[in-house]
Amino acid sequence: MPVTSEKIMQRLLLAVAFSALSALLLIAVFIISQGLPFIFRYGFREFLFSSQWNPQAGKFGIFPMVVSTLWVTLGAMAIGAPLGVAGAVFLTEFVPRTVMRIIKPSIELLAGIPSVVYGFIGVMVLAPLIRDHLGGPGLSLLAGSIILGIMILPTIISISIDSIMAVPKSYREGSLALGATVWQTVRMVTLPAARSGIAASIILAMGRAVGETMAVIMVTGNSVKIPGSALEPVRTLTANIALEMGYATGMHRQALFATGVVLFVVIMILNFSASYVMRQRKARR
Amino acid sequence: MDQKIEIKDLDLFYGSFQALKAVSMPVYDRQITALIGPSGCGKSTLLRCLNRMNDLISEVRITGRALLDGVNIYDRSTDVEGLRKRVGMVFQRPNPFPLPIYENVVYGLRVAGENDKKTLDQTAEKSLKAAWLWDQLKDKLHQPAISLPLDQQQRLCLARLLAVEPEVILMDEPCSSLDPIATAKVEELMLELKKDYTIVIVTHNMQQAARVSDFSGYMLLGEMIEFGETKTLFTNPSQKLTEDYITGRFG
Ligand SMILES: Nc1ncnc2c1ncn2[C@@H]1O[C@H](COP(=O)(O)OP(=O)(O)OP(=O)(O)O)[C@@H](O)[C@H]1O
Ligand SMILES: [Mg+2]
Repeated sequence: MPVTSEKIMQRLLLAVAFSALSALLLIAVFIISQGLPFIFRYGFREFLFSSQWNPQAGKFGIFPMVVSTLWVTLGAMAIGAPLGVAGAVFLTEFVPRTVMRIIKPSIELLAGIPSVVYGFIGVMVLAPLIRDHLGGPGLSLLAGSIILGIMILPTIISISIDSIMAVPKSYREGSLALGATVWQTVRMVTLPAARSGIAASIILAMGRAVGETMAVIMVTGNSVKIPGSALEPVRTLTANIALEMGYATGMHRQALFATGVVLFVVIMILNFSASYVMRQRKARR
Repeated sequence: MDQKIEIKDLDLFYGSFQALKAVSMPVYDRQITALIGPSGCGKSTLLRCLNRMNDLISEVRITGRALLDGVNIYDRSTDVEGLRKRVGMVFQRPNPFPLPIYENVVYGLRVAGENDKKTLDQTAEKSLKAAWLWDQLKDKLHQPAISLPLDQQQRLCLARLLAVEPEVILMDEPCSSLDPIATAKVEELMLELKKDYTIVIVTHNMQQAARVSDFSGYMLLGEMIEFGETKTLFTNPSQKLTEDYITGRFG
């Protein structure tokens, strides 16, 4: 009896795994099949590098969105990466292990907060602050960068902590025994030894930032233009798809799928480089 | 003979477990002192008390005194980083940093704020020579230290220590991962270094203690059972427990 139930379970799990995988694969194939022909028809350069996005007139240049996505992401990294790495260093080196064991899971929990909540806080708190103190409409590139910078913190902190903790204790002891302070040890031995893991955490976080949609739509203002300053509203690639997919038809719809293909490729590249950096480290050990 | 370090009634607790019990012992200037005893008796713990490496472990409590040149290193006012520059340590497993050989050797100087290229170069050469590594390594100073064979790694750790010119060198079973030839070389090196440095070595190997040390302490279950000149301790111990251990009836 147990043997047959074992077999049934195995088949069942296989079927589940297979259908989950094939669903993902189908989605990928669908996006590419919808988007790729459009890119070839419309022209790769015209699509990526023209600033005219006017679906009614048949103009589909996503350059403003590409630039906006780039800026919002870079801004988020400029805020999130130093904060996240500093947080990881603080938690591993300057806080008792027992406290760290409590704080780390709580930080990881933050990654589970729905992005609409982050967006809501951005609209209610952050945007007014920016409007009142820095000027502009408030809903802006800066607001997007700050919210995204906060949203990627759990990813960076958690993976960085893991890679800092993976640095052999003997390195630390050797450094301290030579009269180095804890801070010197972090800077000269621990961080260099953990750098590939930290780099991977930053790249993965970048993937998250590029792909984030809801919070970004809520706080960036969504006007299609190349931003002149951080206080101006912008529209990212993801926001563009989400905002227009509801009513798009024909060429317009295909252009949005093509935008999805661009995002897909960028995020694939980021994820592959993250795992490549990680593998490099394993190979070196 | 001058006492470089004097340990007085030192107790150490890991949480509620007492690992050192009222240990007292002298460490004489420019002599080699060996700590012997069965596994778990507290040799490493005692050694790590001398440069306050036990401070890194939470839940450690220490009472009693350890005087370095007459000053208690457990005073509140002790500059711990300064202490560790004076009392350096070589670990059981070679632990070079994942940096080039050169950077390993000058690490202690960089930490101390020295950045003058010429000083660093000179110190690197001098220290590597003192650890008998210069001839083998002088052409590959910029290769990673991790790629060296273990015995060279261990002597590199010694060179890295000599670069900061400590007064005392603590060695915790420095030869346990080395083969007999490499071990002999390290022992010979220790005898050479004795001219300038005070050395305390923990060893499991009684022949090694007998060969290199001038003084020995025999520890058991956190207590210092007997301390004396190595010659006497090994040929004519005053304690029955020591004799049992030396003659191999126990341990
Ligand atoms: N960090 C620690 N926390 C709790 N107990 C410890 C710790 N380090 C050592 N001990 C205990 O203290 C006692 C002495 O340990 P120590 O490492 O000093 O022994 P040792 O003589 O060096 O042994 P060995 O020859 O195996 O290296 C042992 O019983 C050990 O279990
Ligand atoms: Mg030990």
